[in-house]
Amino acid sequence: MKCDNCNKQATVHLTEIRSGKKIEKHLCEQCAAASEGVPMKQHTPINELLTNFVMAHSGLQKEMGTTCEHCGITWAEFRQHGLFGCEHDYDLFEKDLTPLLQRAHEAATHHTGKVPTRAGASTPGVPKKRKTIDMAKLKKELQRAIENEDYERAAQLRDAIKEAEQQ
Amino acid sequence: MKLSDLTSRAGEWLRGNGPMSEIVISSRIRLARNLAGHPFLGRASRTQRNALVKQISSVLLDNPVAPNSFYVNLDDAPEIDRNLLVERHLISKQHATSEGARGVCVSGDETVSIMVNEEDHLRIQVLRSGLQLDEAWAQINSIDDALEAKLNFAFHPRFGYLTACPTNVGTGIRVSVMLHLPALKMTGEIEKVFRAAKDMKLAVRGLYGEGTEATGDFFQVSNQTTLGKSEEDLISDFRHVVIPKIIDYEHHARKTLLNDRTTALDDKVCRALGVLRSARLMASEETLFLLSHLRMGVNLGRVKDVDIPTINELFLLTQPAHLQKLQGRKLEGDVRRAARAEFIRTRLNGN
Repeated sequence: MKCDNCNKQATVHLTEIRSGKKIEKHLCEQCAAASEGVPMKQHTPINELLTNFVMAHSGLQKEMGTTCEHCGITWAEFRQHGLFGCEHDYDLFEKDLTPLLQRAHEAATHHTGKVPTRAGASTPGVPKKRKTIDMAKLKKELQRAIENEDYERAAQLRDAIKEAEQQ
Repeated sequence: MKLSDLTSRAGEWLRGNGPMSEIVISSRIRLARNLAGHPFLGRASRTQRNALVKQISSVLLDNPVAPNSFYVNLDDAPEIDRNLLVERHLISKQHATSEGARGVCVSGDETVSIMVNEEDHLRIQVLRSGLQLDEAWAQINSIDDALEAKLNFAFHPRFGYLTACPTNVGTGIRVSVMLHLPALKMTGEIEKVFRAAKDMKLAVRGLYGEGTEATGDFFQVSNQTTLGKSEEDLISDFRHVVIPKIIDYEHHARKTLLNDRTTALDDKVCRALGVLRSARLMASEETLFLLSHLRMGVNLGRVKDVDIPTINELFLLTQPAHLQKLQGRKLEGDVRRAARAEFIRTRLNGN
């Protein structure tokens, strides 16, 4: 079959329904790209396709260039063994790490629980140990109140949490 | 105190007199900690590894966190000693077989063990008999506080305690309860436990934890989530929800066996006792199964002339490293099986 526009071989076949009328078009690659905006790509060798697919799905492509200046690990190396090289990797790969953490820890992304006295005293933004635990309890109670449809209690708890967060 | 003093006796956790001990063998809590300013072990050089051991072991020895503590340098400990520590649940299999500078600090009563340079710089463990999670948490929390005063642990405001593997990050806690569930196994209802555990995002493993299959009648239930849930909340879930539920299932199954399948139950128990008292060659896996049936028989009052401490001791002392240590020589194949059978016969017939 010849292209509707030129004399080349038609390899793109389009069927369009316009106000109930069926319109068929037979075009060559160039005309399809020019008139219909159909994206045409050079044929990609199968092995390249596969490699791209695997890379995209294993996360190997992400952070490919980032190497930890402290321990020398890359994201790809981490994914291979599942172990980080040093404490700084958590900050360096934070973006890619978050979905993994959510999968491993029931969607959690932030620590709740014990805080070393040292960190509690000196790191800005870290809540004191007692407060962290109380927050967790409040949130749990709130969940329970909602499940029991005790909305009055839930409202009180919500306010208490808001207040605690602002402190 | 030293390692060889342990061989012939059972540790605290095997005394068998903790709460719920007819079903709950032991309660274990471990915390993973790393020192700030040092690479994790996967990226540590030989020199850095050595320095870590030196720093941590000297803190552990100078400020003992528990009475009669002693330190074992595993890098030059003989294989049999390392296996002995695994059999006593004081170190992991991985820690026994890996290479490089590493060690373990053990308290005299074996309730506390602190592995140095395992997957993390420190793995603190408290192991107690029966269901004693609150006690174990109180103990390990104060040990952690004491160590924190001397060592600067890597901690992040968002991620909590930083660990080599992100599956442990946050609290770095693993709570494991070891359960003896022979009746659920016999009635074919053990799947109930697996399902209940899965619903609660808990793992069920075998006798030696990670990497061991849940075969036989002993099961270890442990948490997987370490981020976003406080230590107290996690332990409270175990104490008030998960473990009571499993204990209920097992009690129910035991009652069913007692009421409706008495003969089948007695047959199983008496066969176990018969074989244990008479056999001339015993493999370790068979020993485990038979002792498990016997333990159930004693707990249900079907066997009167054997007590639980004796059975618990047999569980421990018939394992390969213990057996060889007690005999004072290397034993292989049939020689080992014969020694095991003789050891069991002597203990059970002497009762």
